[in-house]
Amino acid sequence: MANIMYWEAIQRAHDEEMARDPLVICMGEDIGVAGGTYKATKGLYEKYGPLRVMDTPISEGGFTGLGIGASFLGVRPVIEIMSVNFAWLAMDQMFNSAAKVRYMSGGQLTAPCVFRSAGGAAHQLGAQHSARMEKVFMGIAGLRVVTPSNPKQAYGLLKSAIRCDDPVFINEHELMYNMKGEVPDGEYFHPLEGSDVARAGTDVTLFGYNVSVHWCLKAAEILDKQYGISAEVVDLYSLSPLDRAGIKASVSKTHRAVIAEEDEAPVGVGSEVIAIINEECFFELDAAPVRVHSALVPQPYNHTLEKAAIPDHEDVVKAVLKLFGKA
Amino acid sequence: MKIEDKKRVLREMVLHRRFEERCYQAYIERKIGGFLHLYPGQEACCNGVMEAARPGHDYVITGYRDHVHAIKCGADPKEVMAELYGKETGSSKGRGGSMHIFDAAHHFMGGYALVGGPFPLAAGIAKAIQLKGGDEIAICFLGDAANNQGVFHETLNMAALWKLPVLFVCENNLYGIGTSIERSTAVVHQHKRVAAYNIPADECDGQDIDIVYEHARKAVDHVRAGNGPFFLELMTYRYRGHSMSDSRGYRSREEEEVWKQRDPILMLRDRLITAGALTMAEFETLEKETDAYIENEVVKFSEESPEPRVEDLEKYVFAERETQLPWLTGKAA
Ligand SMILES: Cc1ncc(C[n+]2csc(CCOP(=O)(O)OP(=O)(O)O)c2C)c(N)n1
Ligand SMILES: [Mg+2]
Repeated sequence: MANIMYWEAIQRAHDEEMARDPLVICMGEDIGVAGGTYKATKGLYEKYGPLRVMDTPISEGGFTGLGIGASFLGVRPVIEIMSVNFAWLAMDQMFNSAAKVRYMSGGQLTAPCVFRSAGGAAHQLGAQHSARMEKVFMGIAGLRVVTPSNPKQAYGLLKSAIRCDDPVFINEHELMYNMKGEVPDGEYFHPLEGSDVARAGTDVTLFGYNVSVHWCLKAAEILDKQYGISAEVVDLYSLSPLDRAGIKASVSKTHRAVIAEEDEAPVGVGSEVIAIINEECFFELDAAPVRVHSALVPQPYNHTLEKAAIPDHEDVVKAVLKLFGKA
Repeated sequence: MKIEDKKRVLREMVLHRRFEERCYQAYIERKIGGFLHLYPGQEACCNGVMEAARPGHDYVITGYRDHVHAIKCGADPKEVMAELYGKETGSSKGRGGSMHIFDAAHHFMGGYALVGGPFPLAAGIAKAIQLKGGDEIAICFLGDAANNQGVFHETLNMAALWKLPVLFVCENNLYGIGTSIERSTAVVHQHKRVAAYNIPADECDGQDIDIVYEHARKAVDHVRAGNGPFFLELMTYRYRGHSMSDSRGYRSREEEEVWKQRDPILMLRDRLITAGALTMAEFETLEKETDAYIENEVVKFSEESPEPRVEDLEKYVFAERETQLPWLTGKAA
């Protein structure tokens, strides 16, 4: 086990897959000579050259479509969109081409490409650089969506995504690239489907994904130490498809659910998880499920307003206490 | 430009330079957060074009490197700095930040963070001018790398098709973040890309304000006379990194030095001194006065201004509800 950073884990997955298969390529803005905004492709340009590590123009719609087109012929592009906010410009190709081509060709064509992007809100990047867009991607038939919450997942999910014949969107997080964690020394393929129990518990399930897994873990710690509440934390690293069985199993055990998301609430991960709970195990519930989420505002620049707009572990604790009638 | 105007512009450019350098310092001191894109090196572009246009009257729109454009249009430097400090007194009430300076009263229609986003907005502003019959023009300042967005071509086509009064100014500083133009763009000289749309285009040195002014005058006159769009490319250079986390590993210090030899402010200063219109001592005083103004007024104002109130988090998401009730409730009389 090596203790490495999230970006290093992503870099390693790229490197191993590129070394193995000459048709694995990567493309994106400033990923080659500059080594990537978050260093996720560091050193690859020097090792694999400009034909396979492509510094693209600022043409998100264009280069995303180009990568998808190449994937029709078996190339496996890993397409980095520098920030998820810029993915709006690429969505036409992702959704209308990559996600649908297998279906509308009756299985003749497929788009085995990977889209990676830095999601999440960082610090004070303002309204046009702070969008969280998981909800947009996870509602598209034909597109898989995963979101790593630690270096091991970042490594293993990218490895699996590159090998998978379906298009996969990987939602990373701007604030997590320097986070450290254990990654297996040998090759490791994280499942693209399912969920992880990040901490076992009996009284309430805290559902999180990506950064909110960490709020949930921190909240679980506080709930245990200060309030004697045993919280289970479920890491929904696969947002599409969501793990119905995993959600059902945990709620059937704890009978209470809180869903923590960095995104705004409407049409989001929380609404979807609650719908699944209703469909799968409504009668197991002891209390109505609760969402912890951002305020429905374009992200403010001002630091204080920004903090007020985005939840954290304390909001998760508060929601749980309320659920137990303790606040 | 008349000599008096040149002296005024020199004063303004010194303010623009020192303002940006002060922002850099405030960022290091963590008074400013988020992304910060600074303008030193490119001052002659904005100033030369706007001297040929009518600041505060013509509509201006740009990207995230927007402080100087806003100030040139008439925005109060105090309010621009307060915005960077995230204060309620900021030009966008602390909600926007560095990349989103707005001053509608001075027809500065904003800074936008998505590369290429302002192209069609500028054409739309020009469309509105055309409809309303005003004599303003729309001016869109963007970088070289923005021209690789598809919307650049879509906008040029529509602007030419509908003869919209819009001037596209391309500040070609040879880089888009860390990628040099040769590595991202098949054609280095951007004005050549415009020919296909029958839009007249011109290119000139963007470091010499007199040259920029002369070329900009023709461009502005063309658009204002109702002849449709014009594309002006200015060859320039940004001294600092793209934003604050950029250590400039993609270019050499020698290259930077070559450009600094042709500094827009120093060239204008020396020209005025040669013409006998300025002394070195006067210039030094000007720099000192500018720094004092920035410190004692601009920074002080920003430091002392209040933060937005958390209760107002949702203000400005929509129009004030009370003003919209007939439409929101369907009870229009
Ligand atoms: C749609 C989109 N893609 C990528 C980015 C990231 N980005 C910000 S500025 C920039 C470079 C733009 O270069 P240029 O247009 O030449 O302007 P300059 O910064 O040189 O003034 C990039 C790639 C972005 N903000 N928006
Ligand atoms: Mg540029």
